Amino acid sequence: MANVHQFDVVVVGGGGAGLMAGLYASKTAKTAVISKMYPTRSHTGAAQGGISAALGNYEEDKPEWHMYDTVKGSDYLGDQDAIEFMTNEAIDAVLELEHMGLPFDRTPEGRISQRPFGGHTNNETGKPVRRAAHAADRTGHMILQTLYQQCLKNKVNFFDEYQVLDFIIVNGKAAGVVAVQLSTGELHTIHAKAVIFATGGYGRIFEVTSNAYAYTGDGPAILFRHGIPLEDMEFFQFHPTGIYKLGILITEGARGEGAVLINDKGERFMPKYAPTVKDLASRDVVSRAVYTEIKEGRGIGGKNFVYLDIRPETVNKFAALDGRTNPDGSPVLITGDTVLLKIPDIVDFCRVYLGVDPVTQMMPIQPTAHYAMGGIPTNKFGEVVIDDKGTAFPGLFAAGECACVSVHGANRLGTNSLLDIVVFGKHAGLKAAEYSKTVEFEKLPEDAESASRSEFEALRTGPGKANVYDLSNEMKKVMFSEVGIYRNEKDMQSALEKVRQLKKQFKDITVSDTGKIFNTELLNAWELGNLLDIAEVVALSALNRKESRGGHSREDFPDRDDKNWLKHTLVWKKNDKLEIGYKPVVITKHQPKARVY
Amino acid sequence: MEITIKIFRYDPEKDERGHYETYVVEGDENDRVLDVLELVKGKTDGSLAFRRSCAHGVCGSDAMRINGRNHLACKTLVRDVGANITVEPLLGLKVAKDLIVDMEPFFDNYKKMLPYMINDSPLPADGKERLQSPEQRARFDESTKCIMCAACTTACPSYWASDEYYGPAAIVAAHRFIFDSRDEGASQRLHILSETDGTARCHTAYNCTEACPRDIKITKAIGEVKMAMITGKLD
Repeated sequence: MANVHQFDVVVVGGGGAGLMAGLYASKTAKTAVISKMYPTRSHTGAAQGGISAALGNYEEDKPEWHMYDTVKGSDYLGDQDAIEFMTNEAIDAVLELEHMGLPFDRTPEGRISQRPFGGHTNNETGKPVRRAAHAADRTGHMILQTLYQQCLKNKVNFFDEYQVLDFIIVNGKAAGVVAVQLSTGELHTIHAKAVIFATGGYGRIFEVTSNAYAYTGDGPAILFRHGIPLEDMEFFQFHPTGIYKLGILITEGARGEGAVLINDKGERFMPKYAPTVKDLASRDVVSRAVYTEIKEGRGIGGKNFVYLDIRPETVNKFAALDGRTNPDGSPVLITGDTVLLKIPDIVDFCRVYLGVDPVTQMMPIQPTAHYAMGGIPTNKFGEVVIDDKGTAFPGLFAAGECACVSVHGANRLGTNSLLDIVVFGKHAGLKAAEYSKTVEFEKLPEDAESASRSEFEALRTGPGKANVYDLSNEMKKVMFSEVGIYRNEKDMQSALEKVRQLKKQFKDITVSDTGKIFNTELLNAWELGNLLDIAEVVALSALNRKESRGGHSREDFPDRDDKNWLKHTLVWKKNDKLEIGYKPVVITKHQPKARVY
Repeated sequence: MEITIKIFRYDPEKDERGHYETYVVEGDENDRVLDVLELVKGKTDGSLAFRRSCAHGVCGSDAMRINGRNHLACKTLVRDVGANITVEPLLGLKVAKDLIVDMEPFFDNYKKMLPYMINDSPLPADGKERLQSPEQRARFDESTKCIMCAACTTACPSYWASDEYYGPAAIVAAHRFIFDSRDEGASQRLHILSETDGTARCHTAYNCTEACPRDIKITKAIGEVKMAMITGKLD
């Protein structure tokens, strides 16, 4: 162990949650952030539409409404104590970002501008409310930049381009992580009292996804292999508007600005599915609607896509029909320039990838795998909880998309992910630093890096029958078609078997690159191992849950079943077998009722 | 369609110097150059090294030279560059392996710009946001778009001539704060940029503006910084 570093707190992941955790932990504890990419490359930067908080800068809004919308959005599976905590913290969290320098768009009065988003409502009228604080359609980019800048200002220690490989446990407590420095191939041990995982999502298990290549579920997979359970993995969000075939996200902010969904007959179809908020229903609802239109033959030209239409004449027509007005009561009359101002990046994506100009043409879209509601179970302080009784694993924390608090339950509301990373990143950082004051360093084992070394060795010396590229594509196809928007027993059983088959083939992989410096082939192979572990848990959890709720829609069990399934799923790996358990949902203010938009 | 892609290869553990390898793959004119690279890596030579993540032009990982000009591989389609493609690493930064360059000097220059909000004045008494008009916000919008891909800096002849020059991307980072009405650090940054390795090294070649995958008018932004230095005004 030539390369050992010692920190009170080590944060794994340099996206929004990791940077926020690093920023707050470093205020009182010696902290390092390790990240497999330069932090500014993290996927937080791809988030577009906004971050929600009941600032009420245009119209009346309250944290209680934000809470109820989040609970309803979660299809009553979110833990209401955690949701209330988050929505109460939201206003201060957004103001803090502004104070850090985040360049939000502004209202005419100079306040933070807000836009409508799916499922954000005035609870008294049921009408959409402007709650999403935004910076054009690059809100995530601005959050990532701002937090990185603050970390530089506060001299947080960064290990850029270090890939985490393992979590070190000594005497049942967190003792650090093992990582490989990509530029040298050297293994490093980061000895720490507290470890915070903030590694993001795992959408790369699916074929059509808005997620970055880096989203390979590293944190959840590593902890799962160490016996930590994963929670609610059956709940994966398909965002309704991905660019056809490519899956690149088109923000819900487009519909917030008045865009509507159109089928092959030229009909605006959302009023059939969500009579009150129409195109601004929750994402699971809209994705199912798009899927149903396509399945019933109303995809454009019979193909697997529909149109998203933000052409000014369309927006203005439907705004008038819906009685939607500007904050000052004047009629909505947008122009091509409004489109360029409000969603400039989307216009750019459409022009580059589709040769389509959204100002004058409709955008072909299909649902795209977008966000993992499930993940590493935590409480609202980011402490990882390993059973149904809330037992915390000493020194282990998680925050952001890799964690499951659970504030998103069965379906996340748009803009709550950016809020989640800021609020829970901060609290995980604070709690980890506080914890580190109460304990001593555990003594490191003789060779903490041995497991990582063997994993790499196996990948380098396999019999070479399988190829990373082909296995990975096979997994993505299977997961997208058989554990996708609509699910059934037969398909999921088949998917589970195929993933298990692929896991066996994975053992036969050989990496051809024998070098140490930037051996990306070896890393990609290792990441595929994580994705396969995660895919198995997703398929198993989905097969096990015999109801439809939020992002989990079963053709064979089309209704929500509160009597039997108002509970979180936990899956553990025990003696190489997967074991399923449950824990109760925390319900405080809002009893489950039918979910209608 | 058949795509022929010639790629700069350099493995420091094996090669004394770089060389080119040519690969022929079956692809589509709507494929991104990144897709073509993935195909080569996945099917033909797994050791090919390049950075990539978001694959749609917002993370800034995969800037490289494509047919002689700096682009993001994920934002350049085969139909834009044709079926004969040459891909090389960025110029002006040391090649670490194949298409991967050492980004440390680039980020070091960024850090020299004090790239964070400087404002020690008390927050508004109501605890709410600092006010900023839409016009004030629009003043620095362009430079907030930067994804630090380094396409501009490594296209700049002044940067090639002297790697002491902070480079266009660093000046864009400074611009983003200098013209933000809430920031109070403009004079510090203008001082830094008035040194030998600052804006004086910009000779308005416009390569940076042409290279920017985010369409930031970089040369104009640098010009605004120069003007602020001369006039002491930030409007």
